[in-house]
Amino acid sequence: MNTAIESTFNSASSYAPQATYFRALGAGRFQMQRCLACEKYIFYPRVMCPHCGGENLAWEEAVGTGVVYSTTVIRRRSGNESLVLIDLDEGPRLMSTISNCPPEAVRIGMRVRAEIEGEGERARLLFRVENGARA
Amino acid sequence: MSDQIRGSIAIVGTGLAGCGDATGFTEIEIAAQASMRAINDAGLKLSDIDGLITASASDFMPSLSLAEYLGITPSFADTNMVGGSSFVGHLLTAAMALNARVCNAVLVAYGSTQRTGLSRAGASKARSVLDPRSFEDPYNPFNPPTAYALATARHMYEFGTTREQLAEVAVAARCWAQLNPDAFSRDPLRIRDVIEAQLVCDPLTVRDCCLVTDGAGAYVLTRSDDTSRCKSPPISVLGVGTAQSHRQISSMPSLVRTAAVESGSRAFAMAGLSPADIDVLQLYDAFTITPILFLEDLGFCRKGEGGAFVEGGRIRPGGDLPLNTNGGGLSCVHPGMYGIFALIEAVTQLRGKAGARQCAGAEVALVHGNGGVLSSQATAILGIATSN
Repeated sequence: MNTAIESTFNSASSYAPQATYFRALGAGRFQMQRCLACEKYIFYPRVMCPHCGGENLAWEEAVGTGVVYSTTVIRRRSGNESLVLIDLDEGPRLMSTISNCPPEAVRIGMRVRAEIEGEGERARLLFRVENGARA
Repeated sequence: MSDQIRGSIAIVGTGLAGCGDATGFTEIEIAAQASMRAINDAGLKLSDIDGLITASASDFMPSLSLAEYLGITPSFADTNMVGGSSFVGHLLTAAMALNARVCNAVLVAYGSTQRTGLSRAGASKARSVLDPRSFEDPYNPFNPPTAYALATARHMYEFGTTREQLAEVAVAARCWAQLNPDAFSRDPLRIRDVIEAQLVCDPLTVRDCCLVTDGAGAYVLTRSDDTSRCKSPPISVLGVGTAQSHRQISSMPSLVRTAAVESGSRAFAMAGLSPADIDVLQLYDAFTITPILFLEDLGFCRKGEGGAFVEGGRIRPGGDLPLNTNGGGLSCVHPGMYGIFALIEAVTQLRGKAGARQCAGAEVALVHGNGGVLSSQATAILGIATSN
């Protein structure tokens, strides 16, 4: 899966970064791009590296572990929902939600592990708090 | 470069319209009312306006709409849309256009009827179709409160900022609003009222969040050497700086450091001034965390000390540092984007026309606009023309 982004006019849509990411997610895989020039990981997927401007990017399987950078509870009439920012161990930060813990009990610094909910176009990347791994 | 801008342009007129509840009016109607008031305040005629800057959260060609409505054909128009920071940052665009003599009198205007007009739920749904955030939408954030709640939680975690310190920002704003007969919310508000109010996104309650009002604001700019045709005392633009760091909150490099560090240092450098020179501050208060962040990032206190800094009545009426003297977005007016109202309050203070809330002897004011989800920052330093 070392598919550097094609940059020609006729680049195949199969390499389109966002579609590629969600296609993999829908098939149960959490993939992330890495810049072949500066070696940094990139999220969200792009056609170039936002760290160095490099245009040769490769897809890698994400390790899927990280830490809660910040957390809130969205208070809706329908109930309380978790919303978090996760710092992945590879470096990038992303938005997600915690699936195995009451929203009010999520704390900054908790260790988390990715899981994929659903499949196909409905697939979502979620995170579980790791057992006993409180900050 | 920047010293070519310092003091080169002046605000010569301001106008407000439809603030609070503008039932029955459209956005462009109140924007045009505010525009006419600003032009009349300047002592100019509508036909003198040859530059137009506006921005909108709904109209995607707003300078065309407003020019058509007013019946003008400006030689310069701009619609840089960076949320609530737009109408502070527009000073920089206007300065470049005026100094390059592309135009001679710039009208900056904004109007919103988000309280009584547009369906906010409908607008939110339309925006999610036109402007999807593919990596945040699946988690259904309730923005903007969700994003500011995340920043607040992180600030509390890193620096020990307390619920009481955040509430003090809302209470101080309310104390100022009680001195402003035009403010929307003037009922007494205590620290515990803020903390015990309905939670929106933890740790923010509804009293940590800005108002949802209607309102329009406008101001007129000319070159400083061209103010003799105007009737109101000109207010000089001494410094202005803009900066941006991200669009989505998940892309913000640090939730406790905003690009106000850069916008502020650019504005202070242009003005040749420092925080100690500022008599009155208008800091965009969409949420109680934002003035705390901006006091730190603009250099009024050290990073992490913003919570302690606002304690003890320092920012309330009679305190050492008058902040958001109209009552701010938390208690005076907040029609979607607040920046132009902060700027107009700064001008009102420098003109000595703020009535019971007037800060005696105010000669230099700082206005700070924030846009998006702490995404875009714009800082301006204004002074009465003699201090130029």
